[in-house]
Amino acid sequence: MPPIIEISGLSKTYKTGFSALKNINLTIDKGEIFALLGPNGAGKTTLISIICGIVTKSTGTVMVDGQDIGPGYRKTRQMIGLVPQELHLPIFEKVGDSVSFTRHLFGLPRNDAHIEKVLKQLSLWDKKEAKILTLSGGMKRRVLIAKALAHEPRVLFLDEPSAGVDVELRKDMWNVVRDLREAGVTIILTTHYIEEAEEMADRVGVISKGEIILVEDKKVLMEKMGQKQLNIILEKPLEALPQKLGALGFALNEGGSQLSYKYDSKREKLDVAKLLAGVARAKISYSDISTQQSSLEDIFLGLVKQ
Amino acid sequence: MNWRGAFAIFDYEMKRFFRTITQSIISPVISTTLYFVVFGAAIGARITQIDGVAYGSYIVPGMIMLALLGQSIANASFGIYFPRFSGTIYEYLSAPISAFEMVLGFVGAAAVKSLLIGLIILATSYLFVPVTIMHPFWMITFLVLTAITFSMFGFIIGLWADGFEKLQIIPILIVTPLTFLGGSFYSIKVLPPFWQSVSYLNPVVYLISGFRWSFYEVADVSRDVALGMTAVFMVLCLSGVWWIFQTGYRLKS
Ligand SMILES: Nc1ncnc2c1ncn2[C@@H]1O[C@H](COP(=O)(O)OP(=O)(O)OP(=O)(O)O)[C@@H](O)[C@H]1O
Ligand SMILES: [Mg+2]
Repeated sequence: MPPIIEISGLSKTYKTGFSALKNINLTIDKGEIFALLGPNGAGKTTLISIICGIVTKSTGTVMVDGQDIGPGYRKTRQMIGLVPQELHLPIFEKVGDSVSFTRHLFGLPRNDAHIEKVLKQLSLWDKKEAKILTLSGGMKRRVLIAKALAHEPRVLFLDEPSAGVDVELRKDMWNVVRDLREAGVTIILTTHYIEEAEEMADRVGVISKGEIILVEDKKVLMEKMGQKQLNIILEKPLEALPQKLGALGFALNEGGSQLSYKYDSKREKLDVAKLLAGVARAKISYSDISTQQSSLEDIFLGLVKQ
Repeated sequence: MNWRGAFAIFDYEMKRFFRTITQSIISPVISTTLYFVVFGAAIGARITQIDGVAYGSYIVPGMIMLALLGQSIANASFGIYFPRFSGTIYEYLSAPISAFEMVLGFVGAAAVKSLLIGLIILATSYLFVPVTIMHPFWMITFLVLTAITFSMFGFIIGLWADGFEKLQIIPILIVTPLTFLGGSFYSIKVLPPFWQSVSYLNPVVYLISGFRWSFYEVADVSRDVALGMTAVFMVLCLSGVWWIFQTGYRLKS
């Protein structure tokens, strides 16, 4: 896939002297869902804001579909839709008017059919005539999404779309995202909910203190860094770990009711028979066995702490 | 050119005006009536004429200018300040809109609104006093130039302000005194020589004088000087707006 966004040597120092981004290099492919993960203050919003034209960059270049965001801003912004992190909305306006306004702002003629489609997709159609002021927080976030889609963007930025959103809306939202992806739209999202990245993204980037510390295909990432764990649920809790089991690599967990064995699924082939034989020799009876894979969250926390 | 984008901003700002159309019309009508009662009746009883024009008629151009300046600044400064304050400015900044188109939308709407109010005041004046417009072309020229210039000035204030207090402070501290001292309700020729000289430093004197000349051919300064000064102030405001967009001042961090 050809790249849709190419960022090279991008830095941002705010007027306060704070360096929010340091020499960012990143390429986003056309049509992918890219998740940007990072703790509070890592620079996610700053990065997105620069690409969209809300914040000025200090150094570096950003290209969107081969166009520089500086001289080519008209073309690049036309392609981009942005759902900001904060609920910045014209609260005295009606939902439908506000969504149409965005479309006109992007220089496009009126298209009632498109607006209707977007509003229906986000379950906002019956709120079309409602003042934004009267909507709940989750509804307001939907309006932000509808506004971002009003001009049929090719690239969509979602800055923490799940903040303050219930399970139902999150499902709706991910359905919309899937539809958009089907239609070839590139999606870049930032999130604190790792499950979201895990569920939705094709690739994951981790940003910390203004630096991209990792970009990886999600599956590769999870395989490469994935720690697995074998859990043996005991019938009776143990007071202490028998020495022989310790020597095999077991640890005692969950208040003594579970034996667990950590291994790296990539490097080591699990010899279940050997481990279970060891447990049987120690005359310990068990009721269940399971394996568990470390989530992106564990990987992420591991990286950011370094 | 993203004409649609510029028009969307213009249209949005105008809708705000028409949504409160009654307020928008009633307040200038009431203030005009008050000026006629207070200045026209009370002072007009003592000063019957200035430069051969009946006092009530004499104050009409000044009154219109007073409203025009105040309205232009208020409309334009609020128009751009509110999206900054509420955060919806992100939408304008991330749209494919040039600085020029944005100014066209915001300043254009503010200027049109204050022009409408100026015309409402003119119409109201006809109910109270005889008004003649000897040079309609120049009258409209001064009206439009002033509305645009002061809408740009308001736009700059709306960008500079970082609180509602600051939004008010320039109009209260500078513009209102300058308009009252700018000969809205008197000819500066009635002032002692020293204060006359001081008055010539006041840009509003030129606006009002030129505007009044287009009505009655009476003026404190010549039409061309008035026009020149209006143009100078307009260029100053234009440069201010241009500089703001070059640097992203108060718009982008
Ligand atoms: N306008 C500004 N002026 C000065 N510093 C700023 C400005 N905006 C952001 N920062 C600083 O830049 C850093 C990165 O902020 P940013 O909003 O990009 O983080 P983020 O990764 O989006 O965080 P979060 O997950 O909390 O949304 C923070 O330390 C923040 O305080
Ligand atoms: Mg953020």
